[in-house]
Amino acid sequence: MTARVYIPADTTACALGADEVAAELAAQAAVRGVELSVVRTGSRGAYWLDPLIETDSEQGRHGFGPLTAAEVGSLFDAGFPGPCEHPLARGAVEQIPWLARQQRLTFARAGVVDPLSLDDYRAAGGYRGLENALAMPAQEIIDAVRESGLRGRGGAAFPTGIKWQTVRDAEGDRKYVACNADEGDSGTFADRLLMEADPFQLLEGMAIAGLAVGAERGYIYLRSEYPRALRILTQAIETARTAGYLGPDLCGSARAFDIELRLGAGAYICGEETSMLESLEGKRGLVRFKPPLPAIKGLFQRPTVVNNVLSLAAASTVLALGAEHYRQFGTGRSRGTLTAQLGGNVRRGGLVEVPFGVTLREVVEGWGEGTASGRPVRAIQVGGPLGTYLSASQWDTPLDYEAFAAIEGMLGHGGIVVFDDTVDLAEQARFAMEFCAVESCGKCTPCRVGSVRGMEIIDRIRNNQQREEQLKVLEALCETMVEGSLCAMGGLTPYPVRSALREFPEDFGLGPEA
Amino acid sequence: MDTGHHAITGIVAEALQRHAADEGALMPVLHAIQARLGHVPAEAVPLIATGLNLSRAEVHGVITFYHDFRTAPRGETTIHLCRAEACQAMGARALEAHAKAVLGIDYGGTTPDGRYSLEPVYCLGNCACSPSLRIGDEVHARVTPERFDALLAERQRPAP
Repeated sequence: MTARVYIPADTTACALGADEVAAELAAQAAVRGVELSVVRTGSRGAYWLDPLIETDSEQGRHGFGPLTAAEVGSLFDAGFPGPCEHPLARGAVEQIPWLARQQRLTFARAGVVDPLSLDDYRAAGGYRGLENALAMPAQEIIDAVRESGLRGRGGAAFPTGIKWQTVRDAEGDRKYVACNADEGDSGTFADRLLMEADPFQLLEGMAIAGLAVGAERGYIYLRSEYPRALRILTQAIETARTAGYLGPDLCGSARAFDIELRLGAGAYICGEETSMLESLEGKRGLVRFKPPLPAIKGLFQRPTVVNNVLSLAAASTVLALGAEHYRQFGTGRSRGTLTAQLGGNVRRGGLVEVPFGVTLREVVEGWGEGTASGRPVRAIQVGGPLGTYLSASQWDTPLDYEAFAAIEGMLGHGGIVVFDDTVDLAEQARFAMEFCAVESCGKCTPCRVGSVRGMEIIDRIRNNQQREEQLKVLEALCETMVEGSLCAMGGLTPYPVRSALREFPEDFGLGPEA
Repeated sequence: MDTGHHAITGIVAEALQRHAADEGALMPVLHAIQARLGHVPAEAVPLIATGLNLSRAEVHGVITFYHDFRTAPRGETTIHLCRAEACQAMGARALEAHAKAVLGIDYGGTTPDGRYSLEPVYCLGNCACSPSLRIGDEVHARVTPERFDALLAERQRPAP
């Protein structure tokens, strides 16, 4: 009998040697006369276990990982692909506590299915949301999204249903759905994993958005740093089109929706929605003044839904399982699940999808289990390069939009970057300004010039040149950037700077240890 | 790679034709040209401008705004080192210093033998297994200075 083996193939699994493991498995199987049928999946996002190889068994899928090509021989010696004991055997994958304790809604299929198999996708509940949406009046689709409590997962947390309603109600000879897949926030990889492990879910969510607002055309703006996602999405779009899930006649409904994939060119600012629209129009990614909102005048001056990958994917879950099902998870005004991405100096990093309300400490300690270096955790940056640095006294904050806003933080796109006690927060603060200087679009002065001045001022503080005066100048500069910048790039860059200074003054030569 | 004037004209014409019907076609056109030539040569700019009914300044502005677009040839392979926070937390600054020393170039530079160009990147989406770098289209995880040397050595070896 041919045994089926599942091998992950997303960017991280391959960066950890999954292709080499796949080649060695095939070679060893040939030598040993074992027949294997290999399925390349995405990844479950338990990256500390990747490459995690799985086989079918009577108790569900069994896993072995993190496997290297060098250990493949010993795995066969132990009886693989049959039942076997091996130091890397992890037992039933679904029961690995790191995965079992999560609440997978958006990432339920990631690592389980072949990302490019429509049959796999449908068998695991895919396209049920679109089928439901096709049977509903557009207003009911929007009502469902609004009732689910879904808020934008890109960082701004704006209620998705209200945005869709605005686009639906806006006048326009045509409308657009623009998916923001320019996942530029450092420390984040959930969009990438979704596109590489379950791409049809994004395409389905976009089609649902199109039906809801009356758009027949969608764009995915994908960052160029994700070549593997580009390959997989390109194929998925082709497959969906051939099967009638995109195109002039969605599932035989005589309603049209199609998607074009556009590639960014390495500009962080194009993750800002108006800059992204400029880029899609073939221009420099300069931020636009708001109003008008993109929902009223967006791409090519037409009403446009701009949503993050995860928001659109979540819409397919809402339409498949119902608004009630989705909103039962979470806390307060943060409904559904947060896809936390645990990275940096962490022992067990990866994608942790949990209901909103779990504390930062629970994720970093419960899932992360401390640092990779074995040293104590000192600082955690939440929410990407514009997110705040948090000290130990703040780690019991629940992961919830309002709770984070209350401590001058933000969840952003869900990135959690862990630093051990060797980190120099003054160096990190300087980097925040440097990053802003490199990536500013240049349209407004507080961001373009303020970031450069910020670097210089922090250098003087670190070198103890007029430290007291320079601290006052830095505070004034931060205020100017927050209040005077056109968009979040300049407006939020002071957050990591101020939090580093507030929580870790000793790194700036201040306070008791100075 | 034939980058003679004739070849450039043909490649630009092909890119323009392929994307003629696209709305806001400039980015796809530039990507298509760079994919073939490795950069967007100065001679291409007026051709693109005419083809898309834009000014040369608009085309030049877009080429220079985005980090990815190049106006001059670069090495056979580009190495992108991640400089972002998750990688910093795992020793990216040391890796950066090592890579620059080994290659003998800074960011934006190309090795004298023309094999490698070095560029910074701010996140490759591989943040749970930092530090990361990208060689061509392949991302590598947990890259120590030793691993960096090994990756280069593997590439020096002739294919079996």
